[in-house]
Order: sequence, then C-alpha cells, then structure tokens
Amino acid sequence: MSARDSILAAVLRNQPALSPLPDLSPFRGEDRDLIARYAEIFAGIGGQVFRVRDLTEINALARSRFDADRRFVTTLPELGEPFETLSATVDPHSFNDVELAVIEAELAVAENGAVWLPEHRMGQRIVPYICQHLGVVVRAEVIVPTLHEAYARIGAGQYGFGAFIGGPSKTADIEQALVLGAHGPITMTVFILEPTTVPTEPA
Amino acid sequence: MGNETKDHAALAEAFIRDEERVDWHDGALWWIRQKRDIASRQIPEWEALREAASRIKSHVLSNLHDYLLEFEANATRNGIRVHWAADAAEHNAIVYSILKEKGIRQMVKSKSMLTEECHLNEYLIERGVDVINSDLGEYIQQLDNEPPSHIVLPCIHKRKEEIGEIFHEHLGTEKGVSDPTTLTRFARRHLRDVFITRRAALTGVNFAVAETGEYIVCTNEGNADMGAHLSEVQIASMGIEKIVPKKAHMGIFLRLLARSATGQPITIYSSHFKKPREGQEMHLILVDMGRSRQLGRPEFRDSLKCIKCGACMNTCPVYRKSGGLSYHNTISGPIGAILAPNLDMKKHADLPFASTLCGSCSNVCPVKINIHDQLYQWRQVIVKEGYAAHTKVLGMKAMAWTFSSPGSFSTLGKAGRWVLNNIPVAVNNRFNPWFRQRDMPEGPKESFSEWYARNHRPGGAVDPAPKASSDLQSIQPE
Amino acid sequence: MTVGLFIPCYVNQFYPQAAVATLQLLRKTGVEVVYPTGQTCCGQPMANSGFEHLTQECNDLFLKNFQGFDYIVAPSASCVLHVKQHLHSTDDPARADDLRSRVYELVEFLTDVLEVDDLKARFPHRVGIHQSCHGLRGLYLAQMSELHAAPFSKPLRLLSKVDGLELVPLDRPDECCGFGGTFCVAEEAVSVKMGKDRVNDHIRNGAEYITSVDLSCLMHLEGILHRKKSAVKAIHISEILNASL
Repeated sequence: MSARDSILAAVLRNQPALSPLPDLSPFRGEDRDLIARYAEIFAGIGGQVFRVRDLTEINALARSRFDADRRFVTTLPELGEPFETLSATVDPHSFNDVELAVIEAELAVAENGAVWLPEHRMGQRIVPYICQHLGVVVRAEVIVPTLHEAYARIGAGQYGFGAFIGGPSKTADIEQALVLGAHGPITMTVFILEPTTVPTEPA
Repeated sequence: MGNETKDHAALAEAFIRDEERVDWHDGALWWIRQKRDIASRQIPEWEALREAASRIKSHVLSNLHDYLLEFEANATRNGIRVHWAADAAEHNAIVYSILKEKGIRQMVKSKSMLTEECHLNEYLIERGVDVINSDLGEYIQQLDNEPPSHIVLPCIHKRKEEIGEIFHEHLGTEKGVSDPTTLTRFARRHLRDVFITRRAALTGVNFAVAETGEYIVCTNEGNADMGAHLSEVQIASMGIEKIVPKKAHMGIFLRLLARSATGQPITIYSSHFKKPREGQEMHLILVDMGRSRQLGRPEFRDSLKCIKCGACMNTCPVYRKSGGLSYHNTISGPIGAILAPNLDMKKHADLPFASTLCGSCSNVCPVKINIHDQLYQWRQVIVKEGYAAHTKVLGMKAMAWTFSSPGSFSTLGKAGRWVLNNIPVAVNNRFNPWFRQRDMPEGPKESFSEWYARNHRPGGAVDPAPKASSDLQSIQPE
Repeated sequence: MTVGLFIPCYVNQFYPQAAVATLQLLRKTGVEVVYPTGQTCCGQPMANSGFEHLTQECNDLFLKNFQGFDYIVAPSASCVLHVKQHLHSTDDPARADDLRSRVYELVEFLTDVLEVDDLKARFPHRVGIHQSCHGLRGLYLAQMSELHAAPFSKPLRLLSKVDGLELVPLDRPDECCGFGGTFCVAEEAVSVKMGKDRVNDHIRNGAEYITSVDLSCLMHLEGILHRKKSAVKAIHISEILNASL
C-alpha cells in the first residue's frame, strides 16, 4: 500500500463522527471610521501612513523620504519618474537592488493594518519582500473592517500567489528587542488615496 | 523516568541554577502573555472567535479523510505536486529526491517544526546538502547546534551577549558586539546572499485550504517569501492536520493566530501560495508522522487542533521557569507535552508530569485545546502502560493503602506529626526534596479529627459551641 | 440544612485551625454541620500522579462517609475539584453523580448557597489573595486573567466584607504557585522557583498575610516564607472570615 493510501485509510479509520461547522455569519466588523482606524492600527505596527489626493503627491513624498538616486520601481506607470515600471517577466533576482517599490493594494483591513496584495498587484511575487522600502497605495474605498469582509471580497481569487502584508519586516528574536527590517523591507508606507481630501499631511 | 537521558526535572534544575537568566526568561515571556491579553481584549468577540476556531478544527478532524482528498485534488489542479509521507524517513527521502533530481546541493529553509521533528537538516547534511535556517532565531540556534526552545521564539532562552559571541565565532562579527539591531542587520546582509544564491527553498505550512488547494505561511521576517520567490524549486512540508475547509475560515484563524502568539494584530506576512511561479516547481509533502494515530485517541485527538501560536508556552509558569530545552522535544511546553507521548511514550513519559495542571494553557489556547486535562489523561495512560518510575509506583501503592483505611491513615498521620515535632531531622534533611528549599509545616499536637472527637459526642452529634482547643495554633494573629 | 464537613487529609493533620475555623464559620451562619469521622483522602495525589485506577477505595470511602448530607463543604478548592471531576462508583454510579453535585468549596458555598452578606469579621491587616488554580480555573471562584470576560471574585466578595482588611494588589494576580501535588517534590527546582516568585510578588506589594482557598498552595508558600525568615504569614481564608473583633 502506498503512503498515501495507508495514511488515508488510517485517517478514515480513526476520525470521529462528523461534527458540524459553526455559523460564521455573526462575525463581521463595524463599517465606521475605517480610514482613521486603519491609519491608527497601521502606525501602531510600525508603518507610516499618508493621506493623499493623487499620485503626484505620492511621487513627491517618495522623492523626499527615500533616496531617489537609487532604484524605484512600481506597477503604476502613472507615478512617473524616477519610478521604473517593473517587468513581470524578468528574473526576480534582478530586484535585489530596489530601494523603493510602490504597488497598489486590492484591499486593506482596518482591524489589523494589513493590505491584500494578489500577485498581479505585486508585479512579481518577490517585489514587496526584496525591496528595502515598500510603499502601498490604498484607495480609501477598499478599506474593509476585518478579515471576514476581506475574505468575502477576495472569494476564490484568481491569483497564483497573494499575501496580506501588515507592516515592515520585523524580528524580535534577539532578547525580544524589536528590530524593523529582518529580511524584507525596513519600512512600509501606506498612501491612502482620497481624491476629495484637501491637505497632504501625515495621518 | 528517563534513565538514559536526563528528564525534565533534571534539565529544569540545571536551567534554574542561573536564576538571573530564569528571571529574564520568565519576564520576557510574561510580557508576551500580557501583550496577548491586551490584543485579545481589543476584540469584543474574542471568546466567540476561539469557540468558532475550535469547532472548525473539530469539524476538520471529523472529516479529515475527505478534506485531504479535496485539498490534494485542488492543489494538483493548481500545479502543485503533492507527495505523501507516513513518517520522518519518508518525508526526508522525498525532499532529498526532489533536490537530487535537480542536482541541488544547497537549500534555504524557513521555520517548520515538522522538519525539525523529522531531523531533516541532519539527514540532508549527511547526504551533502547544505541547509540554512532563515528565521533569525532558528538561524542562531542552528549556528549554536541547538534545537529551538520555543516554536515562535526559537532562541528566547539566550541572552544577547551569548548571541553576539555566536556571531563572532561563526560569522566573524567584532567580539563583544551584542546590540540586537547591529546583530540583526549583520544577519540580514548575510542571509540576503543566501536567499539570492539558493535554488531550492523549503517552508512550513500554517494552514491549507481544501476548497482552493492553496496553503498559507505566516512569518514576521519575510524569510519564507524571500526563499520561496527566488527559488526554482519550492517545497512545503505540512502535517495532515493543517487543513481548513474554506478560505473564509482563514478570517477566524488569522484574527486569532498572531494576537495569541505575540499580541500583534496579524503576522507581518500571511502568504497564500496557490500555484507555482512561471518556470518554478512547487512541491507539497503531506506528512502523517503519528497524527493519524493521535486522531484515533479520543482523549488526545484535540491536540491536533493546535495552530502553533505558542501562547500556552508563554503563559505556562513551568515553561517560563524551566526553559524550552528542558522538554527535550522539538515542541516544548504544554502542547509539546501532550503531543510528544504519542510519538514515543517511553522517551517522553516525564513530560505530562512537568506541569502543575494549573489550567492557564487551556484558557489562552486560541482553539480551546483542553491541554491540562490531556496532561492529566496522559499521566493515567503512561502509568498504565508501565512507563512511570518504579519508585513512584511503590509510593503510590503505599499511599492508596494508607488512604483506603481510616485506621491506617490516622495512625500514620499521628506518627508523621510526632516525627515532625520530635525528630525533625528525620524529614528536614537533604534527601527530602520538600525540605531542600522549604520548611516543613509545623506539626500541631492534635489533628482536627482528634480535636473534634474531644469536643463532640460520639456519632457525630453536634456540641453547641465548640471552641478551638488551646493545643491548636491560635487562629488570631498577634 | 445539614452540611457534611469534608476536611482533606493534610488539613486534618497539619492545619486543624483552618478546619476549626471552617466549622465555626459554617455554624455561625446557622447551618448544622457534621464531621463524619473516618475520612482519609479524596485520592487526588494519586490521581494526579497517574494512578486514578488505584483510587476506587478512596472513592468508596468518600461515598460512604458523605451519604445523606444536603451539602458537602471543604476548605480546599483543589480537593473539591477532584471530587467534582473524578468521584466515581462502579457499584452505584448514580449515587456518585448525586454526591458530586453536592460538593462545595467553602467560599462558593458561602457566596452561592448561603448568600452570606454579613460576616462580622475583623482582620485589620494588608492581605494578598493567592488564587488557587483549581479554585480559579477549575471551580471558577473568580474570573481568570486569560479570558476576555467580565470580572468577578467570590473570595474578594467575602474578604471585602471583613472589617479592617486591606487588599494588596499583585503584579501577577493569578499565577500558579508551583505546588501542583506531587509536582512539588518531583519537580522540586521549578516548584520552589515558582513559589519564591509568588511570595516575592506579595512581599513587594506590601502584604502582611497571603491568603487562599487552598491550604496546599499555602503550605508550599509558607514553607518558602519560613525558610527565608519572612514576617509575612500564610493563612487560610476561613481563618480570616472567622476572625472576630
């Protein structure tokens, strides 16, 4: 008997009588103050948040806050110079020198500060991990209260890979001292895009 | 217990000798427990989430056969090559054959308790394959040739100065450097080179969704992704119990996991792997390794619900004072103590006894495993199977005889109190483990039953106003 | 109402003053209390060591001793929990079921059954409560810190009625003391370290007395206090609730 068949046979023999799944319908978040709640949580996990009107503002913020002499890549061609629109087909290792990557989230979750990035939003899977600094554009209307609403919107999903990313890469393995930038980005900045908002200011 | 190797009590005693380290270790883990408390209290429906998670897991265990088939079919459709391994030997052989076929001799591995249990690293290194653990804590443990002491915080038992020394010895950092940020930055640069040059990457699996055939890997460092997305061969090793029925269930589990583990609202990275990258091979190994056997033990089945958050370790006072390595098992702490006897009852016979049964573990567990009840049940099984220490068996038989008869009990009790009062050295000596660091209770002249007999008429009838005998210690302070 | 007084073996032998206080306290409330002689042990030390199969004779003796009472009350959460969870009878299972439902720890009996409101007790001292794990997480005498649930505390409810008593807040209000039955000798090093840390929490926060619903915890903590020649004393909650002006 193959390992597969013997494992499945043992599982079938030993599993108990069927028990029901719980009703998940009571689990839902509150649909209020989503932008403010998101911004507060994300800042609390070591991220930076800016509320902006358009991509021009993001471009300016990127130039002022990061080393524009280094490589900036994006999936959003409208961001313009000095961003290079990243290629979905080149060798992923070639992104090792990326200073800043700016990509757009499909969803953001107010309760935990994470953004949902299916593969096509990343450009390539490695991009949000390999860059030194990660910027994510979040349109205000894609912020949902909790993961329950997020998974409801994601559905089956047409991605080959997707991730919730909630902050800069971090570790506390040495004496529980928090260090941002373990292997992935040292910083993560979220630009909440609100076309109706007037001033540009840190949230 | 454990005649060949040191048991938990002996290893714990050695750990406790360095009291400053114990106090630090205890405080660091208690701080994480407090962060978990704060995070959980921000979710009004926290207890309902735990209940839902527990019931989803119960359901999965009751229908695991079909869910495994559903997951296999969907994963295969997604282009993932699914393998099955009954035990560690089969698992390791599968990994090696995948690498060998590609002529790969170097692999990077993110955190996976399963591969630790399988001793995969040792197996591959013997066959000329170099493996590097990429989680910082596991990397440090690998450099120091020690297993992880905690499933979430692998080197929590080490002080930064010791880690600085390990880095100096193995990586050539300057002697005396122990600043966590400096050491982490150094490891970042070093491991970046590793990620860039490895053709194969292995990850663990936190959850696998039957409905979609995808699996989810949660990390804070991003190390699993750095390895996986740069590799041409990606391997995931998962225990068969990691299945969840539908992706919607992930909302429940991801709301609980990181809050329970470290008090974070979510791990930084919750990566959903569904299909291989263009030109990449993606393998997934479903490993049994005792899990189907545990499924057949009704009183221990629920241990398979574990989502490996480590909350039971952080809250366990025995774990905090004794250190993870004292459990001499890949998975330490309360959850390790109920999983390990299933794998090797003789070797791990001491672990279910390494607990006061205080019950804190069961009440922080995000999937509501009745850990302390299972510790109690394992004690019964271990004794019945004959793995309890011989001396303990004799002592317990004597105790059972004493307590089964009021006559023998009162005689022995009286004798015991007489000894305490008249020849205290008989009990207050170094061979009595109670007395080593604690005084014995003062032996009162009269037991309660003797006092009661003196103050009450025979047959249990009540005297109107019994007074405490002058022989008794005063109940009034000062 | 007749209460059968269940005095655990080690309380009988080492802490008769707590048993006396329990008896007097119950009588003060007007209930009839009978102490069935011939009690030994509930069997917990054996059961927790993996020898539950040797406890049938203890169970039979317990069933014999406590037949016919309206309630069975003990000054020990740990022993009560053991009886509630593990008292069985091979001959007469229904009798064991009935008896298990009548067993109460002293504090829960006072608060839940007698609904005692006025104790007329005075104890003008700073007191730290040691939450016995079996009382807390087994009998739910108070809300545990692990759960996200409304706070309550039966021991606190009673102690707050004691004149002059000042409750001392603790850094870790419900951590285990490390007694754990045979654990206290089988894992001596861990047990003592846990006990030392608990004792230091009370001392650091200014307690003069450490009280608890379990004398087993207190025996362990007292042993540590004595050894370090601390002025802090361990005292069972019955003795405080029974202390008069």
